[in-house]
Parts: sequence; structure tokens; C-alpha cells
Amino acid sequence: MNNNLFISLSVPLIFNMHFKDRDLISINDLSKEEILFLLDQAKKVEAFSHAKRFGLLQGKIMASLFFEPSTRTRLSFSSSMEGLGGRVIGFDDEKTTSVKKGESLFDTIKMVEQYADVIVMRHPRDGAARLAAEASSKPIINAGDGANQHPTQTLLDLFSILKTQGKLEGLNIAMVGDLKYGRTVHSLAMALSHFDCNLFFVAPPMLRMPKQYLDELRRKGMTVSEHEKMEDVLGKVDVLYMTRIQQERFPDPADYEKVKHVYRLTRKGLTNVKPNLKIMHPLPRINEISTLVDETPYAYYFQQAGNGIPVRQALILQIMGVQL
Amino acid sequence: MTATVKEPQKEGSYKVDAIKEGVVIDHIPPKKALKVLEILGLAELDNVVIVGMNFSSKKMKMKDVVKIEKRVLTKDETDKISLIAPSASVSVIKDFKVVEKRHVEVPDEVKKVIQCPNPNCITQSNGVKSYFHIVKKTSPLQARCHYCEKIFDEKEFLF
Ligand SMILES: [Zn+2]
Repeated sequence: MNNNLFISLSVPLIFNMHFKDRDLISINDLSKEEILFLLDQAKKVEAFSHAKRFGLLQGKIMASLFFEPSTRTRLSFSSSMEGLGGRVIGFDDEKTTSVKKGESLFDTIKMVEQYADVIVMRHPRDGAARLAAEASSKPIINAGDGANQHPTQTLLDLFSILKTQGKLEGLNIAMVGDLKYGRTVHSLAMALSHFDCNLFFVAPPMLRMPKQYLDELRRKGMTVSEHEKMEDVLGKVDVLYMTRIQQERFPDPADYEKVKHVYRLTRKGLTNVKPNLKIMHPLPRINEISTLVDETPYAYYFQQAGNGIPVRQALILQIMGVQL
Repeated sequence: MTATVKEPQKEGSYKVDAIKEGVVIDHIPPKKALKVLEILGLAELDNVVIVGMNFSSKKMKMKDVVKIEKRVLTKDETDKISLIAPSASVSVIKDFKVVEKRHVEVPDEVKKVIQCPNPNCITQSNGVKSYFHIVKKTSPLQARCHYCEKIFDEKEFLF
């Protein structure tokens, strides 16, 4: 049922990309060539046996600093590092660390850099990872800074699209749900602006894609359109990227009530779709995708999460200077 | 030491050559002179600074002027005030004469000039210096915070 075909990239790859000791703070820091290079490296890692992967980072230590909890992201990074034979130290929640006692982010990083070869961090404030990278002599990977960036999520989304569609160019891609506050859709849309895709933004008026992104995408020559109904685009798209509508983003609970159930993808709704359609979602879902959809060939969200492993492994290997 | 010239005067009638060595910054929007000094970091220095506020001006109706004695400001320094005083002109004075006159230009980036309006930005805590990239240099300006990456329009700038 799975599409295992993974068509080779048609662009010439530059093998001398310099990722060693580099930070990854924002998807906007990567050029198109660098993105394609990392995706190609992920494809290589994926083809390795577990035993081969396990020998690649023996003796290396990753610090995993989660100043706010995020179980999924933390597990994915830890599993990635341990799968490469490295070790993981760190904390899951700043409440258990001295950070809550008033230790500055700067001081925390200056301490941790003594113990680790690479630092993965998640922080509730926008821009925290950029600041940490300025303090740190060890490379920093941003695992989410507030509402701003989560570049490895964007890379694994691109990897999932490439893997299922065989290309990144010329696709019809819809993003559905909270496009106003949704960090993942902002970053993914900007990353896709390197490729010639048609983007369909489906959101209630209250949660439309911010003008800043629409302007930027149009300035880059992208074809973008806005819709309120998912049904208007379902039959046309190759990728349906669903997002959850998060209650905590709404200052007024009444506004949340108005939109919380506005999109719900059911099995019945998938009758007239393209055969190559794949449904993606950054997870966790609330109720925007019926569990009955899970059994259709279109559901890809769990595999998408799994793609986080080769993508993060490829990135860590590059940053540690391991050439594949 | 700061002295204030109280009397509104006709344009051109106040004396640029009132200082022997230093810098005169003219055509500052009214009421912004003190902010200009703050951005230039001159509020804490011991140089003699003469602040003129609310002069009448043909070009701007009203304007502020500052004169700083015994201090040469580089172009990079004075360009920092372009966000608050885009029409400001800078005259460098030596021996009572204007030896250089220039307009301020919007730089590619500014540090410690505007504050990030995003309440969740890391620069709101940790004593981090603000840092913006000017992404649109024509009016209305747009600037992107180096940290939170949000882009702000000129009307949102917080000085
Ligand atoms: Zn900011």
C-alpha cells in the first residue's frame, strides 16, 4: 500500500555543503540546494541498516533541553541520536531545572556546552534558539521556539512530500485549519516557495494565512489561493496538510467555539480525490481527521512522523561532520 | 550637560557656528530630539549638548535640532537615527566651519534602536539587545526582528 518509490532528485547535488558545526535555527537559513542536500542525506540514512546507523555517532553526546514539554519532538530527537549510537542528556521540563530559579538562558547554554557535542532545544519564547546559538560554541538545533520556527518539522514535511510524490515541483498542496497561528504551515509554505507549487490555503476568515506570508509567497512568484471550504480543493490536490485548531491560541474562548469543529475530514469525503493524494498532519490531531481515514491509502500522518527519524539523523550527522 | 534653546527662531537664523568642533543634526521631527540623543548614546556622555525643540521650519513646519560639541559621529552612527528622523541632516563642524554635510540613510540593520513589539519575543527578557534587519527601506519601512523573525511595519516600531 505504501508508495516505496523514491525517485532520485533531478538537481545536481553539491556534496561539499558545509553543515559541520552549523546551527539550524530557521528553515529560512537554508538555501534550496541545502534543503535538497539534507533531504538526499535523509534518504541515504533511511537505506542504512540499524546496525550501520548505530556505529555512526558512538561516544557523541546530544543535550536535549526542553524548556517547555513536547513529548513527540523530544522522543523523535532522542530516538534519532540513540539510533546513531550516541547518548542523550538533558531535561524535559524547565520546572525540574534551575532555569525556573532564575538562571538565564545564556548561563544554561554556557554550562551545557561543556557537556555535549550538539544541543537540541525547545523554548516557549520566539527567538530563544537564535539567542542560544549566539551564546553557544556548540551547534544548536532549534526544536521549536515559541510560535516562530521548528525547522526539522519543515524538513520532515518536505521529505514526506518528496517521498510520496517523487518530486517537490509542480504539486498542488492544500493547507487546512489554523493558518494564522500555525507555525508549521508558515514554515512549510515558505520552504515550498523554493519549488514551483500551487498552494491552496483553506481556513475560516478568523484564521487566514497572515498577509505577510501571502505577500511574500506572491512576491516569489507562487500561485496561491484562499478558500473557506475544504471541499473546494479536495479533488485537485496531491497533498492535504491538515492542522489542528489550538484552543490556547485564542484570546477569546467564544472565538474558539466558533471554529473548533469547522474542518473534519471523513472517509466519505475522500471519494473524489486524486489517487496519489496523501494526507499529512504534524500531530497530535484533535478531531479534524476521523480515525476511519487512517485505514485509507491516503493517510500518511503516522509515516510522516516516522520520517522525522532519518531527517533528524541526517541533520545531526551533517552537523557532526559525518559524511555518508 | 544639556542646555535648551528656548526661543523659537526662523529657519537659518540660529547659529550653526555656535559650536567650534562637533556635529549639528538638523531637521529632526519635533519632540524627537531627546530620543535621537538616546539612540546615539549621547544621553550618558559628558559632552556639551545643545537641544533645540520646536523650531519653525519651512520644510517640516516644526523641527528639532541638536548640537553636540567635541564629538564626531560617523555615518554608521547617525544612520541609526534614520528610523525616527528620516529627513535629518548631519553637519560636521570643525573650527566653526561645516566640513561635511550628509543626510541620514536607512541602514541594513539596526541594534538597540527599536524594541520588538512581539510580547513573546526573547528580547523582552534576558536583557537581550534588540536587533532588526530593515527589509523595506522605502516609506513605509519594514523591519524583521533578528530573533523572533517577525516583520513589522513602520507604524508598529517601538522606540
Ligand atoms: Zn522579536
